[in-house]
Amino acid sequence: MTTTIGHNVDLPERAYRIRRHALRMGEVQGQGYIAQALDIADVLATAYFHAMEYRPEDPHWEGRDRFLLSNGHYAIALYAALIEAGIIPEDELETYGGDGSRLPMSGMAAYTPGMEMSGGSLGLGLSIGVGMALGLKRKGSKNRVYTLFSDGELDEGSVWEAIMSAAHHKLDNLIGIIDVNNQQADGPSTEMLGFEPLVPKLEAFGWFTQRIDGNDIEAVRAAFDAAKQHPDPQPRMIVCDTRMGCGVPFLEAREKSHFIRVEEHEWQLALDALDAGRTA
Amino acid sequence: MTDTTARAPEKVRLKTSAMIASIAAEGQATKPAPFGHALVELAKSRPEIVGMTADLGKYTDLHVFKEAFPDRCYQMGMAEQLLFGAAAGLAHEGFMPFATTYAVFASRRAYDFIHQTIAEENLDVKIAAALPGLTSGYGPSHQAAEDLALFRAMPNMTVVDPCDALETEQVVPAMAEHRGPVYMRLLRGKVPLVLDEYGYRFELGKAKMIRDGADVLVISSGLLTMRALEVAKALEADKVAVGVLHVPTIKPLDTATILKEAGRTGRMVVVAENHTVIGGLGEAVAGVLLREGVAPKFRHIGLPDEFLAAGALPTLHDRYGISAEAMSGSIKGWL
Repeated sequence: MTTTIGHNVDLPERAYRIRRHALRMGEVQGQGYIAQALDIADVLATAYFHAMEYRPEDPHWEGRDRFLLSNGHYAIALYAALIEAGIIPEDELETYGGDGSRLPMSGMAAYTPGMEMSGGSLGLGLSIGVGMALGLKRKGSKNRVYTLFSDGELDEGSVWEAIMSAAHHKLDNLIGIIDVNNQQADGPSTEMLGFEPLVPKLEAFGWFTQRIDGNDIEAVRAAFDAAKQHPDPQPRMIVCDTRMGCGVPFLEAREKSHFIRVEEHEWQLALDALDAGRTA
Repeated sequence: MTDTTARAPEKVRLKTSAMIASIAAEGQATKPAPFGHALVELAKSRPEIVGMTADLGKYTDLHVFKEAFPDRCYQMGMAEQLLFGAAAGLAHEGFMPFATTYAVFASRRAYDFIHQTIAEENLDVKIAAALPGLTSGYGPSHQAAEDLALFRAMPNMTVVDPCDALETEQVVPAMAEHRGPVYMRLLRGKVPLVLDEYGYRFELGKAKMIRDGADVLVISSGLLTMRALEVAKALEADKVAVGVLHVPTIKPLDTATILKEAGRTGRMVVVAENHTVIGGLGEAVAGVLLREGVAPKFRHIGLPDEFLAAGALPTLHDRYGISAEAMSGSIKGWL
């Protein structure tokens, strides 16, 4: 495969390639948060190939839209998107998680071009996003801050501090994306600490809120467009219900867990299944 | 017969466990809000500076900055995790936030946020944290006895503990000059003015001899340097010559000056700090001396490893051994 892809490539193809890069990184280490990477690939494809402005050759370009990965363990997915976007060379995925690699298992800003924050300690991203959005407004920039975080992070009080703050400061340049795969470390997210009903809750907190099937890429595209075009001075949230392992049926069917085990021989089977789904 | 009739005391000293209490002695020269005024002065030529607080602007002297630059000051609400995460975000965008709260909340509540969003990325966020050590009589909720230990342990963090109003004014521009995060223990309100009479000048990372003395060397920071200077004057009457080495930068520590002064033979070394005896200046200095094989007679004045009481500050400073009288007594006892 090559990273120099024309702009005529459609979003489903981008999502397929992001899933493929992620599976190859998983194969390198024999582990990784691959089920999460597969569930969020459609969102990342839409962010990087439809919604956001950036320059692959200059990841720190001032005119870029910012993308914050709060859930640092999703780094494998973001690396895949950054590879697809041409910010990281594709052959670097062979180093994933290795000593000295720019692609550590948990995302950190100092390691990776295009990684805007050090995540991993969950619940940080939206607070940073509030500060960045305030900073962009102060500079008169029209750019936006996208912050991806997971449903489990809704357990953290700091996330709700940031949710209140973004509405208070009318941060219409802040777009939050929640990955609701209903799985966190100890079990289903809704059973760990209930956060539903999420949409009325977020609306009551002052956010323009949409809830979509995060693996329906047309719905994701429409939601990003609506979030960008919404006229009112308020922050925007896209709640994405996703399926862990999406794109690889036998992983999707596997018993849900925060860290889905993939046997050594299964990585190739997963790639084959993904490829089969692409041509189906 | 003994007269048991209750009598009003001739003069009632105000006893209070109020949150905010002045550390200035009666009649001592003070300056109002030195941090706030110094920040305003600096911000005139540094447009990237913004102020941020978590519902404690009035009590961290940031209100002075807000009055001067209302559109450069962010009220984040009583949300310290958000305060520091958002400060990191503003620093990412090229601004230099001066974020204020109380030391207890910066150190204990928001530690992971400062660690991960600010220090790990070496961002230019400057933290000014009021009520450091035992400068509130309100009880453990507001007594930051362990803040130095926590921030010393954080990589990339520079830690400063100024002594008085003069030094606070000089620390503010030095914080801005330094690339990376800085934690400053903030003395707020009417802050004593002490170091002007010694011709002192703050330099980040430098320990300085404020006065010399052949018998005892007090190594101190912050409020306890002010106390040490009182002790030195008081002990002159007892023919005890006390030198005072002021170490306002707790990290990085000026080990060369500490080794040079502590290595002078014949002087007892007393480290004095407004902080728990665990993990602060005392243990830092002891570690330096031990590693370098410098072994003077060594004593340590600091707060005990316990939850401190509520009460009037003078009472508490006496009880925990950090008033000038208590320090003088300890030092004379050790000679």
